[in-house]
Amino acid sequence: MATTQIESNNKIHPYKMLLWVGFGSIVMMFAGLTSAYIVKKSQANWLEFDLPNLFWFSTLVILVSSFTIQMAVKKAKAGEMDQYRGFLSVTAILGITFIILQLRGFQALELQNVALTGVRSNSAGSFLLVIAGLHLLHLVGGVIAIAVISLKARAAKSSTNQVLSVELVASYWHFVDILWIYLFVFLNWVG
Amino acid sequence: MSGTFANFLIPLQIGARDMASPFMNMLSYWFFFIASIVMLSSLFVETGPFSGGWTAYPPLSALHDASPGSKTGMDLWIISMALFVVSSLLGGLNYITTILNMRTKGMSMTRLPLTIWALFFTAVLGVLSFPVLLSGLILLIFDRNFGTSFYLSDIYVNGVGALSNEGGSAILYQHLFWFLGHPEVYIILLPAMGMVSEIISVNSRKPIFGYMAMLGSLFAIAILAFLVWAHHMFVTGLNPFLGSVFVLLTLLIAIPSGIKVFNWLTTLWRGNIRFTPGMLFAIGFVSLFISGGLTGIWLGNAALDIYLHDSYFVVAHFHIVMGVASMFGMFAGVYHWFPKMYGRYLNNSLGYIHFWITLAGAYLIFWPMHYQGLAGMPRRYFDFSIWESFKQFAELNRFISTVAMIVFATQILFLINFFYSIFKGRKVTVLNPWESNTLEWTTPINPGHGNWPGEIPEVHRWPYDYGKDGHDFITQTTPVGEDESGTH
Repeated sequence: MATTQIESNNKIHPYKMLLWVGFGSIVMMFAGLTSAYIVKKSQANWLEFDLPNLFWFSTLVILVSSFTIQMAVKKAKAGEMDQYRGFLSVTAILGITFIILQLRGFQALELQNVALTGVRSNSAGSFLLVIAGLHLLHLVGGVIAIAVISLKARAAKSSTNQVLSVELVASYWHFVDILWIYLFVFLNWVG
Repeated sequence: MSGTFANFLIPLQIGARDMASPFMNMLSYWFFFIASIVMLSSLFVETGPFSGGWTAYPPLSALHDASPGSKTGMDLWIISMALFVVSSLLGGLNYITTILNMRTKGMSMTRLPLTIWALFFTAVLGVLSFPVLLSGLILLIFDRNFGTSFYLSDIYVNGVGALSNEGGSAILYQHLFWFLGHPEVYIILLPAMGMVSEIISVNSRKPIFGYMAMLGSLFAIAILAFLVWAHHMFVTGLNPFLGSVFVLLTLLIAIPSGIKVFNWLTTLWRGNIRFTPGMLFAIGFVSLFISGGLTGIWLGNAALDIYLHDSYFVVAHFHIVMGVASMFGMFAGVYHWFPKMYGRYLNNSLGYIHFWITLAGAYLIFWPMHYQGLAGMPRRYFDFSIWESFKQFAELNRFISTVAMIVFATQILFLINFFYSIFKGRKVTVLNPWESNTLEWTTPINPGHGNWPGEIPEVHRWPYDYGKDGHDFITQTTPVGEDESGTH
């Protein structure tokens, strides 16, 4: 039997495990950055400023989007294709809204004279840009993944082959959501 | 080393048809390929490759005008490293998942060959430490290109004056860099340790001594690898109290390392040893690991390290323990598994010549360097001859260079042996030429796609039943007999 078909002997699908191990990797990148943030903050020349309110709105949006993608998983499992597609679309829209709000947040900081880059910048602002920016890139990846499975969902008549994909994307989406909440709390209060 | 042997050995030794995600495997390979091309291309740009040392410390790496090599060469260096990190991560995720999730029936974690355990811990180290380097590189990109002040402060630059940056800390980069940098030592060493454990057991015709202790020490080394990075930074003005914590944690590594050496030696003890080239290289690894490891205890002490830092003593230490020892592990692996790779043997006579010259050469090159380092000879100097204190070493340097050239020529001999044997080597005629217990030797001599033509064999025991109950070896696929003595 010359085949490379996956013959897993455990309950968890290999792709799910891959994703979970990958989360560990992403966590370490942000752990590195937030540790560097703490070290840098304890040194001289650190600018103190408040995060614009826009970041509160974006946090609310991403929290709601976690709920909607979970509903998409539920509907995919129940085979309710129309509602499945609907929840996927809503999640994608919320994701794009989050991206816009974050970018506006960066703009608001610049308007408050908190330069994020360039010769006037302080590493406090630059760290915010790098940390929140990298998180944003991860979220953009999530939106692209939702777009891809949405396209597949449009063509599919049943959700049988979609469940694994949407579960994977939902896990990633929840992860990016939790990661942002950690970063939001860190940037607001801990750091 | 992890990339080649993990992809080759993991499916074969755990009983899987392929990796968890062959697609990610392919991506990992191509990212590595492109990273190599980008790195090599920096040799050909007008301003040359990056010239500020392999660690790329700022400010040299953060300032375009620091040197010609800080221009395009540095950008290419960062891009290449970022691609390499992505490649390593994709590979590492795949190794971990494959080992945890794709083992054949009966292959419990404590029945895994030590090679696989070592590759597993290697992958964990990579997956958790490479992202931190990536974060450091991202900050470097921002400092280079977007005027930020993570690493740069208002330092004075010749011909430019004081920089407009404020408050950056070049030491911050060192912390992020060495958080990867030290685990990287074990990313290179652990696969060698795993393969050596396997090869020593097979060729001593004895069970590996202290399997669980070997696992425990691998685990301890993996944990400690994350907690010792600042021992590379004793001369950066580190808080002395913090320094003493890192000294303690560093010296703790001697315990699991000592356990491993003890277990290799006790496995060899009174064994029916077969001195194949693979086995010789495995024994050579143990020798070099002891020699290089002992000087690690010196350098792990901040008080001594401050004197020996950036001297030839350090060069000798890490080249023996990380460089040559790992190469020996790799050679051991290549000689041992070549029959599985190509269905042919490497030429033994050339293998023996390769081993003895390389072993003697390694010691002749690096042994004198310890004395040079103790005498204060610094590394990274372009020309020693203009320094009165170091002129005395000119003859010794010439000797070291001559031996290095001979050792290099011997490696060419190995390459000739390797490529010649792929096509013209003696053919393997039996499934299990080393009479080994592990699963890879149950596949056909030239396994096709999917490794086993029929069902994947079931595993009934650990891989080290050598010399048990009067049997020279009992493969992992042999069911446990009713009258068999204690089983694993």
